[in-house]
Amino acid sequence: MHPYLPHTQADIDHMLQKIGVESIEDLFTDIDAKALLKSPMRLPKAESEGRVIRKLTKLGESNIDTANWLSFVGGGIYEHLIPTIVPHLISRSEFYTAYTPYQPEISQGTLQAIFEYQTMICELTGLQVANASHYDGSTALAEAAFMACGATRRDTILIPDTLSPESKNVLRTYLKYKDLNLVEVPSKDGVVDSDILKDYIHDDVAAYLVATPNYYGNLEDLTGVSEQLHANKSLLVIMSNPMSLSLFKSPGEWGADIAVGDGQVFGNPMNFGGPTLGYMACTEKLMRKMPGRIVGETLDLDGKRGYVLTLQAREQHIRREKATSNITSNEALNVLAATIYLSTMGLAGIYEVARRSHINACYLRDHLKGIKGIKIMHNQQIFNEFVIQVKDSEEVMKSLELFQIIPGIIIDHEQNLLLITTTEVHEKEDLDTLVVAMKEVLA
Amino acid sequence: MQKNIYEISKEGRRGYYFDTYDLEDYSKSFDIPDKFRREEAPRLPEVSENYVVRHFTKLSNRNYGVDTGMYPLGSCTMKYNPKINEVVAAMPNFSHTHPSWREKHVQGNMKIINELQGMLSELTGMPGISLQPAAGSHGELTGLMIMKQYLIDQGDVHKKNIIIPDSAHGTNPASVAMAGFIAKEVKSNAEGTIDMDALSQLIDENTAGLMLTNPNTLGLFEKDILEITKRIHDVGGLVYCDGANMNANMGITRPLEMGFDIVHLNLHKTLSTPHGGGGPGSGPVGVVSSLKDYLPGPIVKASDEDFYTFEMPAKSIGHVKNYFGNFGVYLRAYVYFLTMGGEGLKLASQLAVLNANYMKACLKEAYKVPYKALCKHEFVLAGLKEPGDVSTLDVAKRLIDYKVHPPTIYFPLIVEQCLMIEPTESESLETLDDYINILLKIAKEAKEQPELLHNAPTTASVRRLDEVSVARNPVLSYRFNGEEQ
Ligand SMILES: Cc1ncc(COP(=O)(O)O)c(C=O)c1O
Repeated sequence: MHPYLPHTQADIDHMLQKIGVESIEDLFTDIDAKALLKSPMRLPKAESEGRVIRKLTKLGESNIDTANWLSFVGGGIYEHLIPTIVPHLISRSEFYTAYTPYQPEISQGTLQAIFEYQTMICELTGLQVANASHYDGSTALAEAAFMACGATRRDTILIPDTLSPESKNVLRTYLKYKDLNLVEVPSKDGVVDSDILKDYIHDDVAAYLVATPNYYGNLEDLTGVSEQLHANKSLLVIMSNPMSLSLFKSPGEWGADIAVGDGQVFGNPMNFGGPTLGYMACTEKLMRKMPGRIVGETLDLDGKRGYVLTLQAREQHIRREKATSNITSNEALNVLAATIYLSTMGLAGIYEVARRSHINACYLRDHLKGIKGIKIMHNQQIFNEFVIQVKDSEEVMKSLELFQIIPGIIIDHEQNLLLITTTEVHEKEDLDTLVVAMKEVLA
Repeated sequence: MQKNIYEISKEGRRGYYFDTYDLEDYSKSFDIPDKFRREEAPRLPEVSENYVVRHFTKLSNRNYGVDTGMYPLGSCTMKYNPKINEVVAAMPNFSHTHPSWREKHVQGNMKIINELQGMLSELTGMPGISLQPAAGSHGELTGLMIMKQYLIDQGDVHKKNIIIPDSAHGTNPASVAMAGFIAKEVKSNAEGTIDMDALSQLIDENTAGLMLTNPNTLGLFEKDILEITKRIHDVGGLVYCDGANMNANMGITRPLEMGFDIVHLNLHKTLSTPHGGGGPGSGPVGVVSSLKDYLPGPIVKASDEDFYTFEMPAKSIGHVKNYFGNFGVYLRAYVYFLTMGGEGLKLASQLAVLNANYMKACLKEAYKVPYKALCKHEFVLAGLKEPGDVSTLDVAKRLIDYKVHPPTIYFPLIVEQCLMIEPTESESLETLDDYINILLKIAKEAKEQPELLHNAPTTASVRRLDEVSVARNPVLSYRFNGEEQ
């Protein structure tokens, strides 16, 4: 038998007898012979742990050796330091081998952790209600668009062209099949001017979905924007890199109705883009329109505090086609990692991470500015990313590879634009290495 | 009661230490302009590292997982989560890779994605696979979008109706609505499968398709599956397979052979990746060749020189998630394929079905068995034979007192007092017997001492919780110093 399968032949015989059939095959006589597989699946033979580990180690070696490369790549997924206790604690099997807390009495661990997470997300976003997560920042954004269209009974979503291509792509797919419109507002110098935005706010607009910091790393000045939108009975949805929220104005302070973003930055490795977690928070007014799971605090029969899934009348298992969303499984373990991360770092910790990420980017931008052949594209307040223009972005990427440096993401091949990102993992020495290498390859 | 993390917080404690910052002096020249500066600081806890560890360890002790004991949650396939999967997923050369690095820098990841696409293709029979969806319901939504785009391209824009059995999971109709279709419910017959007459009445030229789980959510194989898929095809519709129950089928039958056009798999069920307390999952979608070009992307193609590239299928519906989906979950499923092998997977499905039929046979003396036919990997019971004033909820809560996880309850909605039991192949005969004996004992208690069930659980960290008042007056985040929301 296979190590994951505890059955002995005697067990199987005993069970077949109890069922009243002769063989395991007899358990499948209800399947139409035409639907049965005629030959075994063409899949490899089982291999021992030793071989599998060797094979996967080798496959890992076909990637670049992450420890020896210097990367300035961000644009939605970021490398931050992860306290060792985060992976340690989420590896407790009582957490990771459980499922959705349908039986609250034996799921208080998961439920309380989600409640603590909801509290932290409310605090960070400055809004009143948070749910238990979405698949990622972009699907949270798409769900926020549906939520806004539902709440306003309108069918047009406005976005700035400064939204990340990943988010735009997901949003486009979701809206298209629901017959909702997507309108893009053009930017100037890497941000949207609220005077230009004004001309786009018509009476079919359900919401304006804006990211700040935006894809270019720039902060959007949203002064007066929520007033403009609310006067038109439209909603404001703000997407953020939540690591920036200890420094910069929160969605709540900008007057947002819904806040979304990707929480990967809180204690989750990059994982080649997934799994991460999408967070969502909203005003109390919109609470019953919110998609996804929500945990609430209550009392048990003895008056003891406990936690349950609540407001379930919004969800698919009760409302079916009238539910606010189809989501059920979410990204609970990533939420747990984020909760442990935020508990460990505290405000002082994430403030320090955000500050260093920001100052590193400012320093790098400052020092790249002077190099011949580099143009800093925008003159805006940034968080930890910025865009430069070079003569030949492909060439720059290739040349820097020789130094085992990935300087950023080419976000526009025609214009040769490069998005450069820093976080607290970069030491001054790393920043200087990039500056020196850039000088060399551009000389 | 366990304190929450805010209640153990004290000003001045810290859980993380930073090295001195080389740019401290430089940073002095930077200031955030007022209009961007945060006004009110977010309140986060201040806890020392060792107390964070203790807090979350305590929380974990108030949880129950597959490693704790039997967890026969029907429809969720709570099988063993192999530890080697976790070891591989944590390897830094995978977990520290960035999705925007260039293809040549991540060939290892891409080869794994490509091979997993191939393995899932073999498992389902479907020639086209996209791994991008992040969960089962996300796969459903994706599949329905593919259907819609295909029908639009065929000029069949009037086809808006999707037929769904009344036994279906709630995500099916919810996904239908999200994809801009209309759900039409078809009745199940007395045998628990689709009522073919009722189906005929629903099918017309407006039928876009049908969604079906097979084995269905009652654990029964739809015996008319070939006729069902044919009838939908006859009016130009497509048939979607909710693959949540693939754990009954591996190596035995496949969605392709059953006549389906689109299927999603739940890697977090069938392919052993952990459920994580509710996620992350992964819901890859497979399609027949005529729909391959519609898959969401990017997907990974292999060239002759063993170089892998990302490609968007020609008529792709677009992206449904950031980047390439939940790669960390793929790694685990990929390793599971390698450690199980094709034969091992078939054996797993056979034993899952054996376990379910065995439990059903042993429980029929005390519980109502609404469908007598052979079951597949799970089965339903319609509560106790002699319930008195005891409900299925009471039975479930009493199971907790015996330190095991209850089954899924009150789903599917068409079975009264439903208990839906899915033991999976991971449980041994002794464990099944223990669970059976507990259920039989509870049936006896229901007659003799029903208050034991009404009051249960009494041995968990909390007793039954008041779910009604919290839905009315929700407390959804910590009330600092008792303040209002
Ligand atoms: C039959 C069925 N369909 C769909 C789903 C949805 O899958 P997921 O939770 O991965 O979104 C589930 C499980 O929750 C299910 O049991």
